[in-house]
Amino acid sequence: MNAPAPVTAEDSERPLISTRFTVPGMRCAGCIAKIERELPKLQGITAARANFSAKRVAIQHDPSVDETRLLEALRALGFEAEPVAENPLGRETEERKRLTRALGVAGFGMMNVMLLSVSVWAGAEGATRDLFHWLSALIALPVIAYSGRPFFSSAWMALSHRRTNMDVPISIGVILATALSLYETIDGGGHAYFESAVMLLFFLLAGRALDAVMRDRTRAGIGALLGRMGKSASVIAPDGSTRRVAAHELEPGMLVLVAAGEALAADGEIQDGTSALDNAMLTGESMPESAGPGSIVHAGAINLSAPLRIRLTHVAEDTALAEIARLMDEAGQSRSSYVRIADRASRLYAPVVHSLAALAFVGWMIAGAGWHQSLVIAIAVLIITCPCAMGLAVPAAQVVASGALLRRGLLVKDGSALERLAECDVALFDKTGTLTLGEPRADISGLDTTARAVALGLAQASRHPLSRGLAAALLREDVEPAMIEDVREVSGQGLTGRWQGLTVALERPDDARQGLATRLRIGLEANTITFADPLRADASETLAALTQEGMAASILSGDRTGPVEAVARELGLDAEAEASPQAKLATLEALKAQGFRPLMVGDGLNDGPALAAAHASIAPGTASDASQQAADAVFIGEKLMPVALAVRVARATMRIVRENFAFSIAYNVLAVPLALFGLITPLIAAIAMSLSSLVVVANSLRLARSADR
Amino acid sequence: MTGLAFLIPIALGMGLLGLAAFFWSMKNGQYDDMDGAATRILIDDDGFGEDEA
Repeated sequence: MNAPAPVTAEDSERPLISTRFTVPGMRCAGCIAKIERELPKLQGITAARANFSAKRVAIQHDPSVDETRLLEALRALGFEAEPVAENPLGRETEERKRLTRALGVAGFGMMNVMLLSVSVWAGAEGATRDLFHWLSALIALPVIAYSGRPFFSSAWMALSHRRTNMDVPISIGVILATALSLYETIDGGGHAYFESAVMLLFFLLAGRALDAVMRDRTRAGIGALLGRMGKSASVIAPDGSTRRVAAHELEPGMLVLVAAGEALAADGEIQDGTSALDNAMLTGESMPESAGPGSIVHAGAINLSAPLRIRLTHVAEDTALAEIARLMDEAGQSRSSYVRIADRASRLYAPVVHSLAALAFVGWMIAGAGWHQSLVIAIAVLIITCPCAMGLAVPAAQVVASGALLRRGLLVKDGSALERLAECDVALFDKTGTLTLGEPRADISGLDTTARAVALGLAQASRHPLSRGLAAALLREDVEPAMIEDVREVSGQGLTGRWQGLTVALERPDDARQGLATRLRIGLEANTITFADPLRADASETLAALTQEGMAASILSGDRTGPVEAVARELGLDAEAEASPQAKLATLEALKAQGFRPLMVGDGLNDGPALAAAHASIAPGTASDASQQAADAVFIGEKLMPVALAVRVARATMRIVRENFAFSIAYNVLAVPLALFGLITPLIAAIAMSLSSLVVVANSLRLARSADR
Repeated sequence: MTGLAFLIPIALGMGLLGLAAFFWSMKNGQYDDMDGAATRILIDDDGFGEDEA
């Protein structure tokens, strides 16, 4: 029933193409049903298949139906969508699949070898034991060769760069144990460790696969970089005709026509036309900026009200937007040098274990035990200390914690993000869209039922952000729209129409000092509707919770000083206003130079470099694509609390990870003397290994409820 | 002793069968949309959910 809709090549008379969209608004079975049932009813669409986990919809359609029509069809069903450009089967999914396959093979090998080993432990002797050992070898060798590859190749990479990581002691342990067991088998000896080697791989692969699942789950929904930037522009030729030109083919000096609602594809200067521009992505300022002839405009801004003719000055790689992307790229470099806790632990652990094994070998040789027995003991030391529980200690805790956070609306990208979140000691918040909701909320309390119906009828006809904000507010109150005839949008002025013989309008108020507002006129009656960008309801509680965790918070915003200070006073925070992306980056670098580990929470493209440079970063789900990609975690919904929750759970996770490590070390302290004195048999090794892994997993499961308090 | 000659191949064969089933289900996309599969059961529309394509 869940077979993915295949791209039917045999449907030859009508070659269909498949287009993918991310649809973040898909939340329930009803949404899946609606999309999959309604879309194929449209002309040219053959099938639609929703992937609920990835929040994606694959649509099979006739080539004559273009992307815009599909987007409109989805919008008509009530879903905002964004086309997905990149290859749907990304590298990440490939890696997870490889690990899961290796895990399956290791599981098969472990069960069958264990079956044979148990018989040997139960007392099989002579020819039967030899037969069982040979069968074990027959199963274990290919399994180890296949399932061990992720570890062997990673260890080889590390060694060839003269470094060491977690995989080096694992690989050495597995290879030596296999070689010794093979020797014992050929020699007809009593002890073969095949089951230990395969079991070790199985448990470690389980840890790796969990890690990969966690990364996949959150990255799936995150769209392509710079999706906000206009991808093409209408260039006006000298004869007055226009043609669409892709963004990367634009040249400085070209004259382009930007329609209302369109995003700018390059930087330029306005030649003709007056309009308002939404610069929120670049500056973080929520109020539209008015622009007229001579104004400098930037790529990424959205033209709100009237068409503009713009002479391009900077294109493609030279735009202010591309500059931000470059800053982000550079700022992100410092983060890649972060060393995961598991690798830090193994740097201490591996030399100790390897010298212990070497000492055991030398010691028993001096004691005159013969090289065969000395080698057996040295390898027993390696097997018993092989960081099986250690390999699980970190991923098990992190996967449980990220699952708990996911249920509370926070998507953490990977384990390293959780580790870094736990280490942060100061928090910096952007204002617009982070502390506030980032969209104008209409105050409709002054309107009566008729006015509400008329307002909705008008507002629904426009894509201006104020109209959309007003329509959203009215729809939340279950207002039925009135039938408005002859609706016209006059750019820069507003909307007019006729309702029951009266002229009705949503227009600009005469008093410009009122800030964000619109005036609803019905006949001669006029009502002013004001808009505000309110703080998230639980902003102050969240900040209090952060303070409780010992984190000082402050505001770092690109918005003007006035609004920023108002918010800062209300929340009792320090604030830095009018910060450019470069200035935000500099503030973070300065904090890091002072030895702090800053947590950046922001949404705009102007926060991008700061998000990438911070020790850890969180972005709201409404953030620009680029910011969501730069951030370590994304929170969904209108609440800010997931930010504080993330810090608390990340710290709880690190506590559990440390407990797990402490347990693994304590277990080794007990087991190593047994191994050193040659008392470890394959049976004891197998029991000890699975027991320690189970304890670590059970301890990690305690995190499942960590986000619920 | 002759029992082993049957039992071991049977045990191995069953293990391999399970492994093959696992690989098949992975290749078939059974694990691609776990949350979706959990919610699809709630869509109560006769004949819906079959792949038309």
